[in-house]
Amino acid sequence: MSDSKIVDARDTFCPGPLMELITHMKQCSVGDTLELLSTDEGSGADVPEWVNKVGHEILSNEKIDGVWHIKIRKAK
Amino acid sequence: MRILVVGGGTGGTIVANNLARRLSAEIRARKVRITMLSASDKHMYQPGLLYVAFGQMTPDALYRDQASLLEESINFHVDPAAKFDLDNKRVTTQSGKVHEYDILVMATGSRIVPETIPGLAEGAESFYTEAGAVKLFKKLRVIQEGTVAVVVGVPHKCPIAPIEFVFSLHDYFKARGIRDKIKIKYHYPIGRIHTIKEVATWAKPEFDRMGIEYETLFNVGEVDVENQVVKSEEGTETKYDLLVAIPPHRGMEVLEQNNLGEGGWIPTDRFKLTMIGHDDVYVLGDTTNLPVSKTGSAAHFEAEVVAENIASIIKIGVPVREYDGKVYCFIETGHDSATYAMFNYQTPPDLKSPSKPMHWFKMAYNQMYWTSVRGLL
Repeated sequence: MSDSKIVDARDTFCPGPLMELITHMKQCSVGDTLELLSTDEGSGADVPEWVNKVGHEILSNEKIDGVWHIKIRKAK
Repeated sequence: MRILVVGGGTGGTIVANNLARRLSAEIRARKVRITMLSASDKHMYQPGLLYVAFGQMTPDALYRDQASLLEESINFHVDPAAKFDLDNKRVTTQSGKVHEYDILVMATGSRIVPETIPGLAEGAESFYTEAGAVKLFKKLRVIQEGTVAVVVGVPHKCPIAPIEFVFSLHDYFKARGIRDKIKIKYHYPIGRIHTIKEVATWAKPEFDRMGIEYETLFNVGEVDVENQVVKSEEGTETKYDLLVAIPPHRGMEVLEQNNLGEGGWIPTDRFKLTMIGHDDVYVLGDTTNLPVSKTGSAAHFEAEVVAENIASIIKIGVPVREYDGKVYCFIETGHDSATYAMFNYQTPPDLKSPSKPMHWFKMAYNQMYWTSVRGLL
């Protein structure tokens, strides 16, 4: 059974959106999906770079009203 | 009005002292009672562990008796919380004593969990405990050559510590005259060398100048202790002679046992600093699940907001402030220079060039902390 959870990392400089995402990825189970919300301009590229390198899966990646909404599935 | 503060670290101590002063008349009139529960009768200045790791401070200098830091009107018990009944506003301690409250302040902090990564506890040194910092110093003072690898767990307390540690390593080996025989290799979980963009931009040329090697997108997956190899979740590995870890952290076990938050982090309103769904429960410091640095500085600024709001609720019925995400972190850039990063939810840090006076200020703050935690600074 998959969970879906929002990781709200808007307006954060430290630890920052990707670090927040990694924290939450460690807490969830394989198959779970997370949606990261970020106002960091770099997230649209930084997050997929890490997700792809570590071997998780990007489900969607879009910017809506200045906020990145990136959905990820934990794959391992 | 019964105020119960759970946790005697930086945040809990500042909240309790600040409240005791703001509500001194109400306490004298027996209308308010402040109680603190803590796991220890000692209070540690945790940033000092970095200096212990380099032989610049001894552990005894890091401690004060917790009771000596608290206003006399605070009822202090060394009897940690064991069970939380938020619906009935009751906390039961390890000794079995029940404390009923009207307002609860959760400031239980965080703990290191190196055991969550295979081989890390056995294979890596760390300066996040007194024993660990002393052990690390004893290793640093005898190493003559080889690779010192630094890895960073997620999440971790004091996000500046990895950078500070590496700069201090460089200066330490330089002072010992063996810097050219030691390779320092720094590994960081995301795609730049520090999570704060401005810090990463400033530190990268400094690393290059000092000959510090670095690998980004490196999340520690496993340590092969026998072969002295640390492997990343991303599929890379580094052979080391000495491995130093900023260990991953979790919230306190008692919070997980009481189902107060995933990972032991309590879901918290980022402005009000109340527990989501419980307006009579305030949360601060490492204990929150907020996307805010887990540092004494954040705990300090949050504590001031929490104390001011609790006092104003008692005096006028409503809170008066919101937390704006403020954090101020010193950054030691070696053994004789420092800078700082200050930011909040809306304003990124504007990093200044490191200077000797800022290092001296940090040295002074290491003593001023005891004034700060009493709520006087």
